[in-house]
Parts: sequence; C-alpha cells; structure tokens
Amino acid sequence: MKVLIPTPLRQYTGRQSTVELEAGSVDEALCELTTRYPELRKQLFTAEGELRKFVNVYVNDEDIRYLERERTLVKPTDTISIIPSVAGGSVAARRGF
Amino acid sequence: MATLTRAQASALTNDEILRYSRHLIMPEVGMAGQQKLKAARVLCIGAGGLGSPLALYLAAAGVGTLGLVDFDVVDYTNLQRQIIHTTGDVGRPKLDSAAEKLTGINPFINVRKFETRLTSANALDFFRDFDIIADGTDNFPTRYLVNDACVLSGTPNVYASIFRFEGQASVFATENGPCYRCLYPEPPPPGLVPSCAEGGVLGILPGLLGVIQATEVIKLILGTGDPLIGRLLLVDALGMRFRELRLRKNADCPVCGATPTIRELIDYNEFCGIRGEEAPITTTVPEIQPVELKARLDAADDIFILDVREPHEYQICNIGGHLIPLGDLPARMNELDSSREIVAHCRSGVRSAKAVTLLRQAGFGKVKNLAGGILAWSDKVDPTLPKY
Repeated sequence: MKVLIPTPLRQYTGRQSTVELEAGSVDEALCELTTRYPELRKQLFTAEGELRKFVNVYVNDEDIRYLERERTLVKPTDTISIIPSVAGGSVAARRGF
Repeated sequence: MATLTRAQASALTNDEILRYSRHLIMPEVGMAGQQKLKAARVLCIGAGGLGSPLALYLAAAGVGTLGLVDFDVVDYTNLQRQIIHTTGDVGRPKLDSAAEKLTGINPFINVRKFETRLTSANALDFFRDFDIIADGTDNFPTRYLVNDACVLSGTPNVYASIFRFEGQASVFATENGPCYRCLYPEPPPPGLVPSCAEGGVLGILPGLLGVIQATEVIKLILGTGDPLIGRLLLVDALGMRFRELRLRKNADCPVCGATPTIRELIDYNEFCGIRGEEAPITTTVPEIQPVELKARLDAADDIFILDVREPHEYQICNIGGHLIPLGDLPARMNELDSSREIVAHCRSGVRSAKAVTLLRQAGFGKVKNLAGGILAWSDKVDPTLPKY
C-alpha cells in the first residue's frame, strides 16, 4: 500500500513523497513507516505514543478519527495520507496579526 | 442579510451594468446575483500572498464592500508573490497600496481599511460588519483567532494556507459545517513549526490558492455551486494534482461542538505557545558580533567558520564557511576539530544557535554563534553580500 508523505515531513523520509509498504492496519503501516524512518516518530507521535493532535491520518479520503482510528484495517489498494497542520514557513509569517 | 436599504443600495447603475455584462449574461449570476455581490461585505485578513489575488478578483467581480486587515509595510521580498503591490510601493503600508489598486480596478466598490493587528479584543467588532471572512494569513494564532471569531459570530470562513508548493483550502464555520478546530483541535508546538530552512513558497502558489478562496467567496455570496464545506482541498503545484479529503463536524469540537468549552475569544499566542510574539528570539549560547569576527579573521586568528544552512542557501551567498546543514550536523560532527575555535552561522542566527547548543553538548567547548547570521554580516561587514 501507499503512504503519502507531506512536504514538511519529507526531510525525515529521505525526500520521499510516497512510501510503499505492506500493512494490514493503519497502526501497522505507521509502525513500519517509523521503523524505516525513525526520525519521523517524534513528528507523528507524542512521547506516550499517541498520534499528535495536529497530525491527521486519512485512509483514502476518510479521517481515521471517524473510522477505527489506528486500528482501521487497510487493503493493499488503499492510500494513507498524513496531513499535518502547516502555517507558512518564514519567521516573518509567524509574527502574527 | 439584505435589509431593504441594502437591497435598494445594490441596484446597479448603467455604468455598472456595462462593467459587469459578462456576469449579467450568464444565468448563474445575472442581475440578481450581481446585486448580491454588490450588497456583500467581505473581510480579507491580510493583504499579502493570498490576499492579493483574492482581493483583486473580489474587487473586479463587484463585491460591494471589501474590508482589509493588515498592518505591515511592503518590502522587496513580498513582490515575488504579493501581486497587488508594485516595486514603487516598497516602504508603503500594504493597506494603502492595496486599497489604491482595488479602487483603481473598480471605483464602484467601498474599500474599508483596518490598519491594525487582528486581536481577540477587536476581531468580533470587525467581523460584525461583514458577511464572509477570508483568512489569508498564515500563522497559527491568527488562524485559530479567525476560526473562533467566525464560529462565535456565525460568519463563514473561507480558508487557505500554503507551504512551499502545496496548499490547502476549505470553507469553515458555516451553519452546519465543520470548523478549523474540527480538523485540528490544537496547533503544533512552536519548536515543530518549520523554520526558514524548510520554508519558502513558490510565488504562484498563493495565486492559485487565493483565487480558489475568491471563487468560494463568490459562490457563497451567489448561493450557487458546491462550496468547499466539509471538504479539504489539497493542491500540489509541482505534481499539479488536486485531491480532496472529507471533513466532518466534530461533535466534541471545543468551539463549534454540541457542548462548547470556548465561548469567547481567548489568548491565541498563549494557546499556540508563543510568548512575547514580537520579542526577538533570545539565545543563551555564546555569541560573537560580525565586526569582532571580521577583526579577528583579519588578524589571522585561527577560527573555523561553520555554515549550517542548506546547500541552496550557500549558493545564494556565503562567507567561505564549511557547509554542514543543521539537520546533518549530528552525523557529521567528526568533520569538526573540537580543539579549534568554531564560529557557527546561518541566515539570521536561529539555526546556528541550535548548532552551537548541539556542539557544546557534544563537548565542543570553543563554539560561538555569529550574532544575526549572514544577514548581520552583510549589514555590518560586507554590504556587497546579497541578503535574502
């Protein structure tokens, strides 16, 4: 199955935008992904192992929060998207209004 | 929204009928739609990358009242994407520059300028006079402030955000639709927000997304088509792919859910973990001033310059330092001699401060940060060095 890596996280996946892996559930897919790219773990999960609140995970076009969360089952033809919240990139953009 | 007086005021003059003829001859707009546009009041937050195309198209389309909130001044780095401003506008307030272009395109509209920072104290007052808010800012405190103020005032929020060559757009805070907090209940902590090393934006990207925002605003006013309610549009300009994800209204949403815990605007800088927002980033690492470094290099002191920027930044300008991007530093410390004096620098001094901390923790005792980075070097030592 395919996992789509968003631009801000590609620095942790050797610039890969798509990662192909085998998994039966979202949990397995993220586990395999962060085993392959250990630096990604801190970006996606809290120290307690919870998915961070500003990181959303979709199976195809559906948010896993409205499926079975990390226990959501996936098929080889499914696509997982990781969608973190982003805001600008520059320091200037963070000055606020 | 259309009171009798506003409906009367939205009658079109012959000049306006001629101007809007390409709208009037299509049934999806027509006279009734054009009058709705004229009666509509839209507030654009920010007159920058997204706000430029957004406001320009809304003005051209005949949106009767266009409010703009911004307090910034046009600078040279804006011109690559903020197409409402011209080279001659550098140094002028963005609002004056933008208002001039908007009334130049369409003198029949009313442009209202709010030259201030949008805050929890003024947002609801401003929003009260508008039918739709279009959020063209790109920072978390303002994004959550705009979202909450839209939910609390019952005003739709036409949202977009951009990062490098990707963008997102949606319509939040409609009567039964989700809001931004349904999508992301909390912002990332500031440390995980990309720094200037990973930043930058393809200049046309805010053009694409700003025009998508303008399209959604017009559709909401006309009450036609399928607005981006409950859908998050993802735009990848490099692949030129558009995808959409389903968004649901979260019943437990703290602001728009069944039992909201946020009933008034809060302190959004605190919420986003930003304290003293305009305060310069203070570093506790040892520093050296550019002028002092120059004097010591001229005196042939043995100093190793370490540049922790990215290779593409090195190509823009450099002071001959040894290049190890900050992200590679942990794995490449063996290239450095801990017995030598090392001065680390980046563009403005933030990344190199992290590098100094890393190196000191690794036992490099003689590492300093170049205060203000290569920008300060350009200002204080070598003005021929380009700034970026």
